[in-house]
Amino acid sequence: MNEIQKLKFYQKGTLTVGNRLVDEAQRNVQASLSRSNSLTCGHRACQGCGEALGARYAIDAAMRASGNNLIAVNATGCLEVFTTPYPETSWQMPWMHSLFGNAAAVATGVAAAMRVTNRAGTRVVAQGGDGGTTDIGFGCLSGMFERNDDVLYICYDNEGYMNTGVQRSSATPPAARTATTPVLGDEPGNVFGTGKFVPKIAVAHDIPYVATASVADLHDLEMKVTKAMGFRGARYIQINVPCPLGWGAASHDTIRLARLAIETGLFPIFEAENGRFTHVRKIRQRKSVAEYLKLQRRFAHLFKGGKEDPRVARIQAIADRHIADFGLLETPAGAA
Amino acid sequence: MKHPYAIALDVGTSRRNLTGSWRTLRPEYVDRLPPCNNACPAGEDIQGWLFHAESGDYEAAWRALTLNNPLPAIMGRVCYHPCENACNRASIDVAVGINSVERFLGDLAIEKGWAFAPPPSESGKKVLVVGAGPAGLSAAYHLRRLGHQVTLREAGPLAGGMMRFGIPKYRLPRQIIDAEVKRITAMGVELVLDSKVDDIEQAMKDGGFDAAFLAVGAHIAKRAYVPAAGAAKVLDAVQFLRSMEGEAPPLLGRKVVVYGGGNTAIDVARTARRLGAEEAIIVYRRTREKMPAHDFEVEEALEEGVSMKWLSTIKTVDGGTLQIEKMALDDKGFPQPTGEFETLEADSLVLALGQDVDLSLLDNAPGIVIQDGVVKVGPDMMTGRAGVFAGGDMAPSERTVTVAVGHGKKAARYIDGYLRGEPYAAAPKHGLASADRLNSWYYEDAPATVRPMLNAARRINSFEEVQGGLDETNALYEARRCLSCGNCFECDNCYGVCPDNAVIKLGAGNRFRIDYDYCKGCGLCAAECPCGAIDMVPETI
Repeated sequence: MNEIQKLKFYQKGTLTVGNRLVDEAQRNVQASLSRSNSLTCGHRACQGCGEALGARYAIDAAMRASGNNLIAVNATGCLEVFTTPYPETSWQMPWMHSLFGNAAAVATGVAAAMRVTNRAGTRVVAQGGDGGTTDIGFGCLSGMFERNDDVLYICYDNEGYMNTGVQRSSATPPAARTATTPVLGDEPGNVFGTGKFVPKIAVAHDIPYVATASVADLHDLEMKVTKAMGFRGARYIQINVPCPLGWGAASHDTIRLARLAIETGLFPIFEAENGRFTHVRKIRQRKSVAEYLKLQRRFAHLFKGGKEDPRVARIQAIADRHIADFGLLETPAGAA
Repeated sequence: MKHPYAIALDVGTSRRNLTGSWRTLRPEYVDRLPPCNNACPAGEDIQGWLFHAESGDYEAAWRALTLNNPLPAIMGRVCYHPCENACNRASIDVAVGINSVERFLGDLAIEKGWAFAPPPSESGKKVLVVGAGPAGLSAAYHLRRLGHQVTLREAGPLAGGMMRFGIPKYRLPRQIIDAEVKRITAMGVELVLDSKVDDIEQAMKDGGFDAAFLAVGAHIAKRAYVPAAGAAKVLDAVQFLRSMEGEAPPLLGRKVVVYGGGNTAIDVARTARRLGAEEAIIVYRRTREKMPAHDFEVEEALEEGVSMKWLSTIKTVDGGTLQIEKMALDDKGFPQPTGEFETLEADSLVLALGQDVDLSLLDNAPGIVIQDGVVKVGPDMMTGRAGVFAGGDMAPSERTVTVAVGHGKKAARYIDGYLRGEPYAAAPKHGLASADRLNSWYYEDAPATVRPMLNAARRINSFEEVQGGLDETNALYEARRCLSCGNCFECDNCYGVCPDNAVIKLGAGNRFRIDYDYCKGCGLCAAECPCGAIDMVPETI
């Protein structure tokens, strides 16, 4: 059987969560009956929440990689609020929350405490949304990076402050309608040319490992979390997690949207080690950004009256630039 | 319990919070009918046996396959595979090569000597099956499995019917027929050769049979009136192909004309080429598009140097000269004579114009209705005479091996019901698993495997099999291309993608269960199910 398993012949189930045709040990954590379900049921996330899904994917993988010897530090945000309304919690692991902006610093402290008490085998993750990471917690995050503290920081990027009523963050894409970027005036929605892409900033810190991932590609996500756990020092993973509420999308479209974000090139999936880009996930079936935007009411103004707003072409240009910059397309055989 | 500073309550789990109450739509697991199974005239559970083949358990696959069809090695060669025409994979790349995997399993079974299990108990009933072609063999097999005592009477010297006396060797090697027939007789089916049934009433009385299944086939060649003068050599296709099974192959000469446009005409022309005819010309009164022959067979014949004359009829034969009238299609697509003539030299002319059924064995049977030269049967395959069933080419149907095998199975089930006094009722069918229900993202790109073909130069010199088979590596690859349309294949997607951890995995072979205490009804499991085996159903409030 082993000989056959090496072949790339999993036409059925190759990209699915599990695959009965491969050895148990080679399957995803999420396919396992013994996954830790670090984030269990009864939480109060919306229907089809991408962040709840992404958090379970990532933390279950980290739990397996650390031998269930893991502490999580959580920034304020949806993930904290929907999982842990006092005195209930959905976390089936040691978990702590302090403030909105200090998750990276608290995690640094926890890691230091583990080290000085000779419990360095206990690993530490910090996690938060894009607001707590790219805006409010950014100073602490950069500090954690430059000190190379032994923490894996996971940012669940849903492109806005969803918990407090969908306000713009520095990860909100251009043209998106939020409570603070209404569809008004000459530049409806979020302004083009603003915001930042923290994974690239993380790479600039020359830390051991930086990656982006998506709830639409579990194989890739688990591989990256597992790989990150193999490093000591500061590591950063940003996971694209669609938000049905904030994006104005159907709850059953969460994974489809995440998939489209990858396949359009809007959310590039890559890895970097010690400041150098090492790998990109190629686009498998290239899609236009319009297909992605049309599924979301936050972009509905771009297609009002059946007409396509010129801004769609500007968003397409962003996707095209990602494709060119990161080399997201498969180079045809024979091409240099 | 002593609490730390500022903590007044014990930590509780969110599992107390039954979020299932939020739900307006509920996911439900369903099973749908895959289009391949739906299209199979033999009623095979194709997806079911491919499931075993995918994991490399070929014996289990073969056993699942033969629950419906006892002749996979034959079928893997001669079936026109309507399953592949219906396959949803065609909407992604190319249909799964079901037929080639079937042949692989059939050949492997012969190689390994896998045998059918004897029936668990004997019913004490006796059934006569007349005709050892595909329908008769299939009926005998299924009746035997159901515990009945079966006598299979065959008029010819060997079993196989049209599979042996109609289909040329280069499409179906004879040792394959022998092996699959032997496996059926080994179950305790009594095969009596050279034993024509002239009177079914008498035969049933003499043998004390409780029921009979008739499948005598259609072996009488249809004739067209072609005025012949001189020493014209005119044969019919049935007689010609049958004589290929004898000691001396028929002598046709250098130039052979075949009249007709069906698969039999193609078989005759290709056989003539192999017998050394330098020219084999098919004359057919309509166009290539209208030819009843399958396109791939026409293509293979052309590769072998068979030529075609469309829109032509043969008016007269005079010695070695045929007079041909050109035809033209009218507005309704029917060929009409044009009055334009030409001549064609030929050493022999073979008529392949279809076949009739020899129905003389029914002369004394009461209640039998003959319509358009075939026996009328009910939906239960029973003729007008109680206890006498009929199928295959002698019943109204498309005349293919696969249809005949399906008739045999269906008749066997109704005969069993008839004998037990509990009429057989087919289980209701599931709704069709259509391509639009699939989430094809999850299937890896995998083009079809092409079966090796013998090159044309070697084909015309021998009766070697034209189409090759698969070996284990590519058979496994091909089997794994199946999408499992409409039925859970335990890919764990639902279990993985639920943000609420509300899908319970029940372990290998047991599928999954939704935990409705926590399922919020987001629909992600249904949207991300690759094979469309989850429906979202409105909750009743």
